[in-house]
Amino acid sequence: MFSQEFMRNALLAGTFIALACGVSGWFVVLRGQVFAGDALSHVAFPGALAAAAAGVDERVGLFGATIAVGAGIGLLGQRSFTGRGTVGAAPAGDTAIGAVFTFVLGLGVFFLTLFSTSSGGGSGIQAAHTLFGSIFGLGSGEARLAAVIGLAAGLMTLLIARPLLFASISPDVAGARGVPTRLLGIGFVMLLGVVAAEATQAVGALLLLGLLAAPAAAAHRLAGNPYAGIALAGLLAVAAMWAGLALGYAVPGLPPSTAIVTIAVGIYYASTLVA
Amino acid sequence: MTTAGMVIMGTDPHLTWNIAHDFSEVLEYHFMVNALLAGSVVAVMAGLLGWFMVLRRETFAGHTLSMMAFPGAAGAALIGVSATWGYFGFCVAGGLVIGQFSGGRGRSWSEQSAVIGSVQALALGLGFLFVSLYGGVLGDLDNLLFGTFIGISNEQVLLLTGVAVVAVAALAVLGRPLLFASVDADVASAKGVPARALGVVFLVLLGLAVAATSQITGVLLVFALLLMPAASAQAITARPGLSLALTVAIGLVVVWLGLGIAYFSIYPAGFFVTSISFAIYVGVQATVWARSRTRKGLQIPEQPRAEGVIA
Repeated sequence: MFSQEFMRNALLAGTFIALACGVSGWFVVLRGQVFAGDALSHVAFPGALAAAAAGVDERVGLFGATIAVGAGIGLLGQRSFTGRGTVGAAPAGDTAIGAVFTFVLGLGVFFLTLFSTSSGGGSGIQAAHTLFGSIFGLGSGEARLAAVIGLAAGLMTLLIARPLLFASISPDVAGARGVPTRLLGIGFVMLLGVVAAEATQAVGALLLLGLLAAPAAAAHRLAGNPYAGIALAGLLAVAAMWAGLALGYAVPGLPPSTAIVTIAVGIYYASTLVA
Repeated sequence: MTTAGMVIMGTDPHLTWNIAHDFSEVLEYHFMVNALLAGSVVAVMAGLLGWFMVLRRETFAGHTLSMMAFPGAAGAALIGVSATWGYFGFCVAGGLVIGQFSGGRGRSWSEQSAVIGSVQALALGLGFLFVSLYGGVLGDLDNLLFGTFIGISNEQVLLLTGVAVVAVAALAVLGRPLLFASVDADVASAKGVPARALGVVFLVLLGLAVAATSQITGVLLVFALLLMPAASAQAITARPGLSLALTVAIGLVVVWLGLGIAYFSIYPAGFFVTSISFAIYVGVQATVWARSRTRKGLQIPEQPRAEGVIA
């Protein structure tokens, strides 16, 4: 299994993307922002298409769109964030997130048409497909870049972990103590935008969502201590990634992303039975 | 391209200064009449169910239901039935699953959102598995994602109308208790309203509405009819009846304008429908925001920042 180059690349990129998703996912779940992460993975697509239609490198559009929309969501989210332990209602900001990302996707359709008419009849959807790799199709350069970005995003999250935790659990007290809660909230969603952009183009939006939500939700159930929870979320995400890759390699016809997500959700389901 | 598409290419539609002429030109074609009929039916249904979705703040659930179209279409291709059945089957099943697992047992919103996200990821993973087992290329991916209004058959219009009648009738029966349970679940439960069961039934109805809407707008753009008109209307008025009527009216205007412009344009209808709906949404939100600002400025002085400490 490890003698195959595509498998080594998948493991390298997968490990660090899973780590970044797990660690930042712990905060995403804490702050009830899974929908925001999902929305960011969707706007990656129109961003890349806009860049392609304009003739710029797709990554500029990809990262530009997710980081810009991330900043917007962060700004919006300030008024609507409900915090931990709020039983029931979702934040009202979700409505705005839904409206904005649908509009951006509508623009994506427009760019798709522009792109497919300007590139001489080539199917836009086909072009869009090539923008979003599958985890078994990564080159070694792409895999290394994905690993570096994943590692950097994970470290950045750990760097702001302490004030972000304070600001997430008790925003009012944190604000009074001089923690820049507003700035942290915006910065965190922008960081999430970076993770979303890299994960989407390297391994697909499906894996981002699965690895962001499920391992972190399991960690919240299993670990009471925040730092133990963060570590556990990262660990579970990486474990799901490895097990899923191995399973996808061993079973013909089973896409690796399906295996990874199923294992991640299975871990969460098991955690609800235990704790 | 479909035969209807050929018709467009042949006649080369363009706008003139004679609006009555343009209007009659649009209605001359059977496919355009069908598109407007189907669009209107969907606008009414999506508006009414979307209104409750916005009120209940189940935007993420609604979005996850729209993603069910992917495993639905792939699964239908795998077992060789029409994609429409796959859509409706998976959307309804998705509504049941989300309703069953996300609510209740005192789960915090943090965990609910993680559960909904997990359901969505699992469904998409299932879709990838179906595609892989099917081995072929999914046809009409463009249409699945972004919708089409060309070539909507009479049967489709009938099917959509049937689904809409069922969903709206169910909503008419459940409307009052559902409104009560949506506004204050605790008090409603105490008064004997089965809030949790209502929530599950509502998600199933929402699944029907999402599947129907995606036939017109495409999977990715359902919120143009499901979310934005309702969010706009609720920002304008707090009175439920008026707000519901306004939602339907906005939805109809969006569909008619969007399809009408798309007929004369080379760009897809989804782009226009979404843009018009979003323009209305932003306009309403900006007006409400500006008003609340001037009102605040007149009456209430700025609150001190350290409020949380004192409390």
